[in-house]
Amino acid sequence: MGLLSRKVTCNSHGQDSSYFLGWQEYEKNPYHEVNNPQGIIQMGLAENQLSFDLPESWLAKNADAAGFKRDGQSIFKELALFQDYHGLPAFKKALVDFMAEIRGNKVTFDPNHIVLTAGATSANETLMFCLAEQGDAFLLPTPYYPGFDRDLKWRTGVEIVPIQCTSSNRFQITAPALEEAYQQAQRKNLRVKGVLVTNPSNPLGTTMRRDELDLLINFITDKEIHLISDEIYSGTVFSSPGFVSIMEVLKDRSLEQTPVWERVHIVYSLSKDLGLPGFRVGAIYSNDPIVVAAATKMSSFGLVSSQTQYLLSAMLSDKKFTKEYMAKNHKRLQKQQSKLVSGLEKAGIGCLESNAGLFCWVDMRHLLSSNTFEAEMELWKRIVYDVKLNISPGSSCHCSEPGWFRVCFANISEDTLKVAMQRLKSFVDSVAINNQSHQELKNSRKKFRTKWVFRLSFQSFHDREQDER
Amino acid sequence: MLSSKASSNCHGQDSLYFLGWQVYEKNPFHEVENPTGIIQMGLAENQLSFDLVESWLRKNPDIMGLKNKDGESVFRDLALFQDYHGMPAFKNELVEYMAKIRGNKVKFDPNNLVLAAGATSANETLIFCLADPGDAILLPTPSYAGFDRDLKWRTGVEIVPIHCSSSNGFRISMFALEEAYERAQKLDLKVKGVLITNPSNPLGTTMTKDELQSLITFAIDKDIHLISDEVFSGTVFDSPCFISIMEAAMDSNLKRNTDVLSRIHIVYSLSKDLGLPGFRVGMIYSNNQTVVSAATKMSSFGLVSSQTQYLLSYMLANKKFTSNYMKRNQKRLKKRKEMLVSGLKKSGINCLKSNAGLFCWVDMRHFLCSNTFEAETDLWKKILCEVGLNISPGSSFHCSQPGWFRVCFANMNQSTLQVALRRIKDFVERSRFNYQQNMTSLSRKLISNWVRKLSSADREEQER
Repeated sequence: MGLLSRKVTCNSHGQDSSYFLGWQEYEKNPYHEVNNPQGIIQMGLAENQLSFDLPESWLAKNADAAGFKRDGQSIFKELALFQDYHGLPAFKKALVDFMAEIRGNKVTFDPNHIVLTAGATSANETLMFCLAEQGDAFLLPTPYYPGFDRDLKWRTGVEIVPIQCTSSNRFQITAPALEEAYQQAQRKNLRVKGVLVTNPSNPLGTTMRRDELDLLINFITDKEIHLISDEIYSGTVFSSPGFVSIMEVLKDRSLEQTPVWERVHIVYSLSKDLGLPGFRVGAIYSNDPIVVAAATKMSSFGLVSSQTQYLLSAMLSDKKFTKEYMAKNHKRLQKQQSKLVSGLEKAGIGCLESNAGLFCWVDMRHLLSSNTFEAEMELWKRIVYDVKLNISPGSSCHCSEPGWFRVCFANISEDTLKVAMQRLKSFVDSVAINNQSHQELKNSRKKFRTKWVFRLSFQSFHDREQDER
Repeated sequence: MLSSKASSNCHGQDSLYFLGWQVYEKNPFHEVENPTGIIQMGLAENQLSFDLVESWLRKNPDIMGLKNKDGESVFRDLALFQDYHGMPAFKNELVEYMAKIRGNKVKFDPNNLVLAAGATSANETLIFCLADPGDAILLPTPSYAGFDRDLKWRTGVEIVPIHCSSSNGFRISMFALEEAYERAQKLDLKVKGVLITNPSNPLGTTMTKDELQSLITFAIDKDIHLISDEVFSGTVFDSPCFISIMEAAMDSNLKRNTDVLSRIHIVYSLSKDLGLPGFRVGMIYSNNQTVVSAATKMSSFGLVSSQTQYLLSYMLANKKFTSNYMKRNQKRLKKRKEMLVSGLKKSGINCLKSNAGLFCWVDMRHFLCSNTFEAETDLWKKILCEVGLNISPGSSFHCSQPGWFRVCFANMNQSTLQVALRRIKDFVERSRFNYQQNMTSLSRKLISNWVRKLSSADREEQER
C-alpha cells in the first residue's frame, strides 16, 4: 500500500503525552454524583461550565437568532450560502466590540483586521503558516499549553524553543531567560521568527504585568521578530490585577507608526470565557494587512459555520447581555477558584497566586519522593488511579521544575469540587501517615542497629558481621 | 519577515476564476435594482431547492433553538461538544445519506468517517496525510480551480496534470495517466496519488465503472493512493447513474488485492447537493485506519460547529425529507440544465453532454479569433465586460485546449437565466453581424485592391 506522509507516522501531534492519556483514563471511568461516585473526577479540562444558564436564557428569549430570522423574516438562504472568508460583517463587528469591552475599552479593534477561524487551534496554526517556514522556531515560555506541540508544530514543521521560567520569580519571563532561549535556538541553527505568549497564562492562571509586556516588546523590537499574544483567557480575569493587553501597551508607548506595531498579533476565541468550545469560534487579530490578507485566504480551511456566526453576532451585539455575562461569570469563577485554593490549603497544598483562567497551578513538590520528573509521574499516576482525580502534570506543560500540576475548577460543580478536595485531603493525610510510620520505622531500625553494634563492639573484630541494609 | 506562503501567490487566487468573481461583486445583477449588472454564472452553488429545507426547518423550530424533541434545552451539551470524532448521531445519518445517494449499492461505516470544515479542509487534510512536501498528486484537467490552493499551498505538494481533451469527451485515458506519471518522474517528483472529481467539476459528467476500475488498477500497479472527490454525487440528475469509487472497488477482481480499499479515499460535503456551503460540512471517508486516525486528529484544525452538526443530524434523520429532497432537487437541476443547453444551442453554442453538477462545459472555440489562450482570455473579458456574464474560462481549470468555458445554471432563478441566454444570443448575433461586416469590408478591400492592381498594370504597360 502506498506510504503515508511523515506527519502521519511520526507522533508530533503530541497526543501521546500524559495530558491526553489522563483524559483517556477519565473517559473509561468518569465520575458521576449519582451513577458513578467512585469514578475519576475530570480536573484536566480547561472548560468554563459555570455560566451556561446565561446564554441559555438569552437563547430562550431570542429564538429568531437561532431560527435564521432577522426582524421576523427568514434569512436562511442568505446564511446557507454565506461562505465568504471575510466573515459575517455583523459578527466581526460584535466580536471586536466584545474584545474591546474585555479590555475595559482601553483599546479598540478594527473589524477589517480580524480573521475568523474554526477555534484558536486553527488560528494559532494559521499564524504559524503565515509567519514562519518549516524549520523556523518560535520561543514559548514554559510551562505552556500541551496542545501547542500539535497546533504550532505538527503540520507546519515549525520548532518550539522553550523560554525557561521558574518558581523563583513566580514563573515570570525574564530578560536573561528570553536571551538564553534565543541563543539556544541559534546554537541549534534555528531561525527564530517570533515569541508566542499566552496571556492570561495557561497553565499558570496569571496575567502578565506591564513590565513583562514591555520586556517582550523591547525584545521583539531588538530581534526584529514577531509576537503572538494568545489572549484566549482574557475574558476570564476575575480579580486584580486587571488584564493588560499587549495592544494597550503598544498604544501607551505610542508605537503605532513603528515597525513593531505590525509584528504583534493576537489570538482569541469564544471557547473559554463564553464556554462555547463546540461552536468553533476563533480569531486572529493583526495590524499587518499582509498577514490579515494571507490569514483570511487560509481561513478557507477552517471557516466558522454561518449558522453559528449569525447566532453569536446577535448575542454579542446585545450589550446588556455581554455586560451581565461578564460580571456574573467573573464572580462565579472567583468563587470557585477560592474554593479550590482553600480546599488545597486544608490539604497542606499551596498554589501560585492567580487572578484568571479556569485552573490553578498547584505546588505538590513536597509530595514528591524525589525532585525528579519520574517522581512527578509516579505521583500523577497515584492521583489519577488511586485518588481518582485527573489533573495535568507539569511535565506535560514542559515545566522545567518537577512537582507542579494544573488543576481545573470551572468544569465541575461546587459539590464535585468538594468531593475532589476531600479525596485529596485523605490522600495527603495518608501520605503523611505513611511518611511518619516510614520515618518511625527508620528511626527504630537505627535504634536497633545502635544496640547491636554496641553489643558487637565487645566481640572480637574478626567476628563482626557486615551491617544489614 | 513573513513566510513564503503568506507572500507567494500559490494560493492561486490571482487566477481569472477569482478575478471574474471580484468584477461581478462590483456590479452584481439584480432583476429590479440593477438589471444591467453582471450575472454570476461562475459560482457552482445550488440555489434551486432551499424551499424544501426551509419547510423542514419551519416544522422543527425546537431543533433550531437547540432543544431536543422533548423541548429540553441541549445548549450546554452542544456548547461543550468539541470531540474531534464528531457527533455520533450526525455521522450515522451522514453515512446513510451517502449510501442513499449511491443507490444503497455501498454501505459506509461511521467509524471511518472524519468530519472537516468543508471539502476544502477535507482535501487539504487528506493531502497532509498522504504526501510530504515536494511529492506530487496527479490531477486530470480540466479541474476545479480551487485545488491549486487546497492541495498545494500549505502542504507543499505539487500537482501534475493528466491532460484530457475533447477528442474523447475529456475522459481519462490510460495513455494520459501513464504520460502524466512519467512526466512527474522526469521532474523528479514522487507521485503519491491520483485525485479525481466524480462527478466532474467542470465537466458535469460521471465516470463509468471501467474508467474507475482502470484508475484503481493504475493505483495498485504504481502503489499509490486514489482520492475520489464526490462532492457533486448528490447532483446526478440524469443517466447514466452515479457509480462511486467504492462500488467499483467492490468488484470481485479487484477485491482480490486486499490492499485496494486501504488506498481509496472519498471526499464529500453538503455544500453542493444540499446547497449549504455556509455551514461548512465536509468529510473524508477512508477504510485505511491509519489515515482515519491521523485525519481525525488533524480535523482539530477545522471541526464542524456542534450547533450545525445537531441541526443537520435531525434533518438527515428524516428519511421522508431526504427522499423527497433528492428526487425534487434532481428534477429541478435537470430542468434548469436543459434550459441552459437548449438556450445555448439556439445561439449555435454546444456543450459537453452532461448528467450531473451545477454547470455545463461549454464549447466556444468557434468564437476564438485564434486557437490560443490569449484569444480565450480576450473572449472571456468581452463576455464579462460587454455581455455582462461572469463565466469561467477553461484556462482557469488548466484545460489544455482553449475555448471551453464553465457556465453555472443552478445559482440563479429561471428569469435571470433567460436574461443571460438573451444576452448571449445578442452577443452571438452581434458577433455574426460584425463578422459579416468585417468580411464584407474585407472582401470590398480585396476587390478594390485587385481592381487597383489591374488598372495600374494597364498604366504601366502604357507607361512602358
